[in-house]
Amino acid sequence: MRTPESRALVVVVLGLLGSLPVLADGPGLGKAADPAVVRMMDLTILPDGKDLPPGRGTVAEGKQIYEIKCLACHGVGGQGQPMDRLTGGVGSLATPAPVKTVNSYWPYATSLFDYIRRAMPLTTPQTLRSDEVYALVAYILSIDGVVKPDAALDAMSLPAVKMPNREGFLNWWENPRR
Amino acid sequence: MDKHPDERLPEFAAANGLIHRRELLVGGLLASVAPAIAAQEGLSPPPWTLAPGRPMSGYGMPSEWRKTVQRGFTLPPGRPGTGASRTPLHLLEGTITPNGLHFERHHNGVPDIDPARHQLLIHGLVDRPLTFTLDDLLRYPLQSHIRFIECAGNSGGAAAPNPTQADAGTLHGLVSCAQWTGVPLAVLLQEAGVRSTARWVIAEGADSALLSRSIPLAKCLDDAMIALYQNGEAVRPEQGFPMRLLLPGFQGNTNIKWLRRLRVTDAPAHTKDETSKYSELMPDGRARQFMLEMGPKSVILKPSFGMNMQGRGFYEISGIAWSGAGRVRGVEISADGGRTWAQALLEGPVLPKALTRFRLAWRWDGSPVRLLSRATDEAGSMQPPRSEWVKQYAPGQGYHYNAMQAWDIDTAGKVTNAYT
Repeated sequence: MRTPESRALVVVVLGLLGSLPVLADGPGLGKAADPAVVRMMDLTILPDGKDLPPGRGTVAEGKQIYEIKCLACHGVGGQGQPMDRLTGGVGSLATPAPVKTVNSYWPYATSLFDYIRRAMPLTTPQTLRSDEVYALVAYILSIDGVVKPDAALDAMSLPAVKMPNREGFLNWWENPRR
Repeated sequence: MDKHPDERLPEFAAANGLIHRRELLVGGLLASVAPAIAAQEGLSPPPWTLAPGRPMSGYGMPSEWRKTVQRGFTLPPGRPGTGASRTPLHLLEGTITPNGLHFERHHNGVPDIDPARHQLLIHGLVDRPLTFTLDDLLRYPLQSHIRFIECAGNSGGAAAPNPTQADAGTLHGLVSCAQWTGVPLAVLLQEAGVRSTARWVIAEGADSALLSRSIPLAKCLDDAMIALYQNGEAVRPEQGFPMRLLLPGFQGNTNIKWLRRLRVTDAPAHTKDETSKYSELMPDGRARQFMLEMGPKSVILKPSFGMNMQGRGFYEISGIAWSGAGRVRGVEISADGGRTWAQALLEGPVLPKALTRFRLAWRWDGSPVRLLSRATDEAGSMQPPRSEWVKQYAPGQGYHYNAMQAWDIDTAGKVTNAYT
């Protein structure tokens, strides 16, 4: 069970931990992580985008890559089948037939970069260069006008993209409305 | 003076023949209708008593006569590594799921990880970024806990307008329960030195989906575990060998398998699997995100679809109940569609965030009945009727389905899935 009291307690405990220089109740068998290993393994992009890699990609480049590497699973223009639909459905979420796609549902464009880079294409994940990932994100977003047809995305412009459903999610962990 | 148990009527607790759970202690009720031992096939001894049996084996397998007890799944064309297989709940007893029957949910197949080349990295908002090998973790003091894991999408098919006629494993088999042994995550985080601004931990697996979820730091410091063993043997490849994250009571997807990385952050990452998937769209178009705890739930497995009644008389109703909030406090059973309820017997020990077996004796008089069960957990939450549950969400949304399961039994004894 999660109560406001227990959360407050965790915050207090964390405060204490933060103030202690060394604390090791366990055997302390972890080895200091090599910063190069951390850089190689850390593929996570948060909404702030500050870990986005150098690179740049345009809508036009993305369309070319999409048609070679993505279309077989996600359909023409991201319309889906056999795998997930990526485009369309913007404005449908509150209707009796909601269509959840990247453009209608996802709150952050950074999540799309993160996901494509780590997991796509399904049969050859982690093979796309950063430029290609930026380009694919730009292309998919452009299909519903989230970015302009001549847009180019990079580490600066990608986190600034405002997704149509940016305000649509309620953080149930921090504020359950039961 | 009390009559012999066979001669008196049992004490009923609710309509249509539900017998008070106290009567289980008396005995005799079930025995009185047990079929006589089948007539011997002639007078010759059975063949397995007349010749030596098989020799020992390196890893034992179930009886040849039970080879049909299998996980259920379909392989989507062209993407065999994505999907799920379900525990055949209705063919099992007790509360522990055999390792080979634990449900699976993979996002790009099961990796064959060489444990000597796998390490767990803890980094981010910590004073000391650390890596741990499996051998390192095996030297830590270990803990064992019996806990269920339930996929957030379990039973989601019940959001469909009409009830699917399928067995309980097919309908509800994305839940399993095992004894997990491993290292409390709090110990490792403490060694790394979590900074005061930290609030979340982003966990990542080493499969080819690099599946990634944001976990509240409070959970990581509470009862989270790096699980290394499952029911006494190394965690199975389908369950994350050589190590998985165990987050008792949280939706299955957050229990990252093949765990390779924990990045401590001040905010969630909003990964694909916590935005696009595993979020709960409501009728007003907004979605619940990070609704992580699985609600109270129960399913009657005996009888259930596919197990037709063998004539009127005494039966044991039994099933499983669980809650992500802690212990199951009680399970009630109705044989009249929810008008009257009887408390089932909970088979102990009743453990927090573990499957709990419930049982109740029942005398079926051959008339049509609707059987229901409803669990209440120690937080006081009770399973809703389906009609209440579906109101919370947008059409077709099936995550976190925990409404009551109803089974209809007709005069012929046929059991079908029903909606309430």
